[in-house]
Amino acid sequence: MAQYLLSVIDDLSNHEDPANVYGHPSAEAAHASWAATGRFNDKLVADGYFVFANGLGVPANATVVDGRAETPIFTDGPYVETKEFTAGFWVIEAPDLDVALKLAAEGSRACGRKVEVRPFLDVPLEM
Amino acid sequence: MNTAVDDAIIRAHHEEWARVVAGLARRFGDLDVAEDAAAEAFAIAVERWPIDGVPPNPGAWLTTTARRKAIDRFRRESKRGQVHAEAQAMIDDGSSDPAGAIDDDVLRLLFTCCHPALAPEARVALTLRMVAGLTVPEIAKAFLVQEAAMARRITRAKDKIRLARIPYMVPGAEDLPLRVSAVLAVLFLVFNEGYLSSGSAPAPIRADLTGEAIRLARLLRDLRPDDGEVVGLLALMLLIEARRPARLSATGELVRLDDQDRSAWDRRLLSEGVALVRSRLAVVAAGGPPAGRYQILAAINAVHGTAVDMAATDWFQVLALYDQLVRVDPSPIVALNRAIAVAEVDGPDVALAAVDRLQLDGYELFHATRADLLRRTGRVPAARAAYERAIELADNAAEIALLTRRRDQLPGG
Repeated sequence: MAQYLLSVIDDLSNHEDPANVYGHPSAEAAHASWAATGRFNDKLVADGYFVFANGLGVPANATVVDGRAETPIFTDGPYVETKEFTAGFWVIEAPDLDVALKLAAEGSRACGRKVEVRPFLDVPLEM
Repeated sequence: MNTAVDDAIIRAHHEEWARVVAGLARRFGDLDVAEDAAAEAFAIAVERWPIDGVPPNPGAWLTTTARRKAIDRFRRESKRGQVHAEAQAMIDDGSSDPAGAIDDDVLRLLFTCCHPALAPEARVALTLRMVAGLTVPEIAKAFLVQEAAMARRITRAKDKIRLARIPYMVPGAEDLPLRVSAVLAVLFLVFNEGYLSSGSAPAPIRADLTGEAIRLARLLRDLRPDDGEVVGLLALMLLIEARRPARLSATGELVRLDDQDRSAWDRRLLSEGVALVRSRLAVVAAGGPPAGRYQILAAINAVHGTAVDMAATDWFQVLALYDQLVRVDPSPIVALNRAIAVAEVDGPDVALAAVDRLQLDGYELFHATRADLLRRTGRVPAARAAYERAIELADNAAEIALLTRRRDQLPGG
């Protein structure tokens, strides 16, 4: 079994219109998406794939911390300014990429966003 | 040199490379190890066979030699102690694979190399290396990429297969149609690069690439003989390849279908392609699944292949097939090719009107087709402008030569 990070790719343009609700065109659409995502999460748990999942706040509220020097430096805003940002993620456990891709397709449909699938670094223990 | 031995080595490379790599990949779960060990086994064959003679079963000899090489490598890399133990266990497992298992291995290898999670250009490169057995320099040359860049592309793809855990298996029934079409797309890409090479390729037509694509399509057809699109793609490639001897003039100019010397066509490839098309027509007529894109394209090429000349071509049949193709694939490129048949059935004016509705400004063949239709309807200045635009967009030397001559032969030029 391997672990994969499924990142939900959102676009800032979804959040610019003040009429939008959490990036969705209406409150109903937001509720429908959350409900579908909830059902998908339940299925992940029931089938044994679920490790962790949560949503993320908008990147504007991020702070970058550089703690490599003696005095840490705090910088307001995200590390890179892009239109696309990670709006949430799942960590799943799956036997191979084909299973992970299939689950990602279901998750993408549920939350109404594109999803990036990335394997976790698998460092051999004896290294 | 001993040419009989050389022939045996070339034949073994063609027939056994994919099997050796595929078998090792399954046993050791690592494409890198499989590729290196197979390459080593063939290098040893080149050294030993002229001295020891060609073994009675070259495939078994190569498999055993490659397996030993792979195990040697695991022994050297002691940090992989676990795998070493497993590899050790396999030495004693001297049993040969049951019939059919090797074919399944090759199929697994092909599906892995053409996995949709890999970039299309990586799928092509990996398939040519792992399944067709071309060397990295050969693949780099075929696609006009620096050798180091091509080596990186292949290594990156192998790394992704290993680290993202792309499974080494034949997909389940549910995913199979989509995955087969991904494999077919890779084979057709290889074929098309040979059919009309891009950029400053050393030759405008590359028989090595078209030949390789046909060989892989035959392999896939042997593994999946009842898949209509697999048979369709093989038929399509054979029918197009049959025309290769007539596609280049003595002066290196591309010769289009209407001007080709049909007596130069390869009758053997032609009749094989036509027979495959007939076999699929029979299946469809007997209530089988409807013909897909490659089968329809093959049928169109079979109509051309059996016509003695341009005038004797059954253009109504060609047009009917294009109508069928438009329903399967409503892309503007299909519509453009359909317009060429329309010109023969309803005249160039009707065809021109159809072509002018298409949004294909960046596509060289759009302008070349328009130019020919404008020429045939007597609109000389417009035809000249269209040839100019086509020449600007074309990058194949033989094609540029053809377009340039057509432009220069316009009246008042």
